[in-house]
Amino acid sequence: MLKTLFETASPSRRGFLMGATAFAGGLMVGLAPRGAVAQAGGQNPFQGYVAIAPDGVVTIYSAHMDMGQGIYHGIATLLNEELGADWRQIRVEGGSGNPKLFGNLAWGGVMQGTGGSTGTGSSFERYRRAGALARQMLVNAAAAEWKVPAAEIKIENGTLSHGARKAGFGEFAAKAAALPPPADVKLKDASEWRYIGKDRAVLGKFDSRAKSTGRQDYTIDVKLPGLLTAVMIHPPRFGAKVKSFDAAKAKAMKGVVDVVQIPRGIAVVADNMWRALKAREAVSVQWDETGAETRSSSDLMASYRAAAAQPGKAIATDKGDLTKGFASAAKVLEATYEFPYLAHAALEPLNAVARIENGVVEVWGGHQMPDVYQMAAAQVAGVTPDKVKMHVMKTGGGFGRRAVIDADIITEAVGVSKAIGGKPVRVQWTREDDTRGGRYRPAYVHRLKAGLDASGNITAWQNHVVGQSIVAGTPFAAGMVKNGVDATSVEGAQHLPYALPAMKVELTTTDVGVPVLWWRAVGSTHTAYAVEAFLDELAEAAGKDPVEFRLAMLKDSPRHAQVLKLAAEKADWGKPLPAGRFRGVALAESFGTVVAQVVEVSVQGKAPRVHRVVCALDCGIAVNPDNVRAQIEGGIGFGLGAILKSKLTLDKGAIVEGNFDTYEVLRMEDMPQVEVHILPSTNKPSGVGEPGVPPIGPAVANAFYAATKRRIRALPFNRPENA
Amino acid sequence: MIELTLNGKKQAVDAEGDMPVLWALRDVLGLTGTKFGCGQAQCGACTILIDGVPSRSCQTTLADVAGRNVITIEGANGKVAEAVINAWVSLDVPQCGYCQSGQVMATIALLSENKKPSDADIDAALSGNLCRCATYQRIRAAVHEAARALA
Ligand code: FES
Ligand code: FES
Repeated sequence: MLKTLFETASPSRRGFLMGATAFAGGLMVGLAPRGAVAQAGGQNPFQGYVAIAPDGVVTIYSAHMDMGQGIYHGIATLLNEELGADWRQIRVEGGSGNPKLFGNLAWGGVMQGTGGSTGTGSSFERYRRAGALARQMLVNAAAAEWKVPAAEIKIENGTLSHGARKAGFGEFAAKAAALPPPADVKLKDASEWRYIGKDRAVLGKFDSRAKSTGRQDYTIDVKLPGLLTAVMIHPPRFGAKVKSFDAAKAKAMKGVVDVVQIPRGIAVVADNMWRALKAREAVSVQWDETGAETRSSSDLMASYRAAAAQPGKAIATDKGDLTKGFASAAKVLEATYEFPYLAHAALEPLNAVARIENGVVEVWGGHQMPDVYQMAAAQVAGVTPDKVKMHVMKTGGGFGRRAVIDADIITEAVGVSKAIGGKPVRVQWTREDDTRGGRYRPAYVHRLKAGLDASGNITAWQNHVVGQSIVAGTPFAAGMVKNGVDATSVEGAQHLPYALPAMKVELTTTDVGVPVLWWRAVGSTHTAYAVEAFLDELAEAAGKDPVEFRLAMLKDSPRHAQVLKLAAEKADWGKPLPAGRFRGVALAESFGTVVAQVVEVSVQGKAPRVHRVVCALDCGIAVNPDNVRAQIEGGIGFGLGAILKSKLTLDKGAIVEGNFDTYEVLRMEDMPQVEVHILPSTNKPSGVGEPGVPPIGPAVANAFYAATKRRIRALPFNRPENA
Repeated sequence: MIELTLNGKKQAVDAEGDMPVLWALRDVLGLTGTKFGCGQAQCGACTILIDGVPSRSCQTTLADVAGRNVITIEGANGKVAEAVINAWVSLDVPQCGYCQSGQVMATIALLSENKKPSDADIDAALSGNLCRCATYQRIRAAVHEAARALA
């Protein structure tokens, strides 16, 4: 079914004209074309980008789920820039069930999805257009009623006016819906923007109060009559299956509704979480480990290192004459970098809620790929997709973990509900389930080798990446794996902004039974570290300043050069620091955004303490500059915690770490002071949710070297070998 | 049946005494502002005030709070709470927001004891409150801002 989705969906831009219709006594803009996959649930509210109700409430349907990156706020900003509603009238909800309307334009518009830091870029045009169309229709309706030229009608803060005449949106919503929509609308010139590009003082995030007072609902907070809670028992080793289980004791416990087997494990269902957890202790399961992964991290890394020393199985980049480059080198440097598996560890452990009633399946969750999940839910429930309704919830973080092609948690929720007669149930993972439940940033080894001539210029550059493919075996493979190269394994290494006379990037994709996934900034979480830390080694060998060394190779990459210069300047690069402080720099492009970071560290015990991070970036137009800063601050913290202390250890196929005492993450006292400098731009917005992550690791590594003359080539910093 | 004072009102809870307060609040009483992040006193998302002391509700049983005075985010009001929440809003601290109930409760407790916390005081008070979105810099600024507003 999933395959059909990918094959039948056609790019939404073709043949899609934005329209409008009457809806629930009001106006709906962004009408679906015929033939779109509908959802169950009567009149479908998810057929538009924005609905204006008779009471004046403006509901915007977001094509992207919000896991904290602020896209609801961004989309509201874009739409209301054109519409002119009073901010207090605006609500944002998750749209879904219509790929032609909500398809991600960065992915060709074929399916709805949140990822790859594409939300703002994909929304930039369509939501402004929807806002402008709704505005024009309201104006036309008022013009007809008031018998005045449309051009003389003003809209401000949710009020239509002509001279002394005034009316709210609600008054004209139904009348507007009765008029034919205009064929086209003109968008404001950037010089007229009131909200786009403006700071927090003009437009604070509309959900900050709800989120500061416990009133924001997440999937864990979904309330339904008779809602049950299920906790899972997953195989301790990836790939193991249930052989048999004994739940007699558990079933006799207070509040336990049932204990059922579903394809992904055993579910213990009770009337509340505590009782489900207690009953789980009483279930015994025998596992069939025939197909299970049984290797340990140490075995894997040894085999990766061995593979990295051999020629790669696939070639991602091959330009210039490498042999000649190395032959002409005065010095050749080599280094091997190692990266562990990482968990996303969003603070809301994975969960989903499902209910099957009268043949209609409803699923509440962090639907990062709602079309895929709609198909998956239909398959599990044995209904057609139009009988599945997806409720997109905000989630307590995500970082990529809720964009899973096999729809793991969704199939668990629907599977459990089905097994208990369709009753509403929340499948709630514990922290340990979440840490051990798979779908990690893959482990990688990078082997780099480069030549320097007598004047310290790079003559040849070679990088061999070894690790698992994220997209192999998924429907994404068709578009993202070319000539045996999974683009997500080598992004950030395959193409570099630096002018290199000869460059070869190889990839060896490994086969390991550990499920992997995109993790905030994906490939660049490891490639940027290897590339930028190795460049620091080369700069030192060349006797050059790390910023100058990079700038000299950025003649053909003016954006990168500008960003690097800005970061260096704002950080007073080259000027003396207080005793005990050291600087490091790194530059990385990801998701269309160029980011440079200069860090200041001192050394405490054997570890770096990061005091300050100066970050410059070019992300195109910053729709909400303060949210850009927030995302960069967050990306830096997320990346910093990972390189300093996060790792998952595989012990004979089972993950050792469980809770935050063993899977360590960044804490308050580890957070540096972050300054963000956004380059002014008139280009279309590029990503900001992820691009803050990649440079922080290598920048810290380079500063730590400046402080200690020690290169950290195996992450995280706090592993015993680094002590 | 266990009785306590919850957000200023007498409350009887019909649940087993060994049930963590977190699940009693969420699943029995429907007060879902208090969040589950780890269940092992490792993240602070479930922070509540018990007789004014910030406590991890996931590791406190219902029997432990019998007869005590419990405040959750839903009942966070008064001068200090308002100053904290206003600072959080004015600096747009939350990203996903999931940790913030706990951060706000821990900060209310801190500012009730310490009118002018230093950065080190904030580190010590909030070190156990994880934020995976890493809003720490804004949390720190908001704590200082709330302290200023209360001065
Ligand atoms: S849920 Fe209680 S400290 Fe994490
Ligand atoms: S705001 Fe997301 S965990 Fe703190």
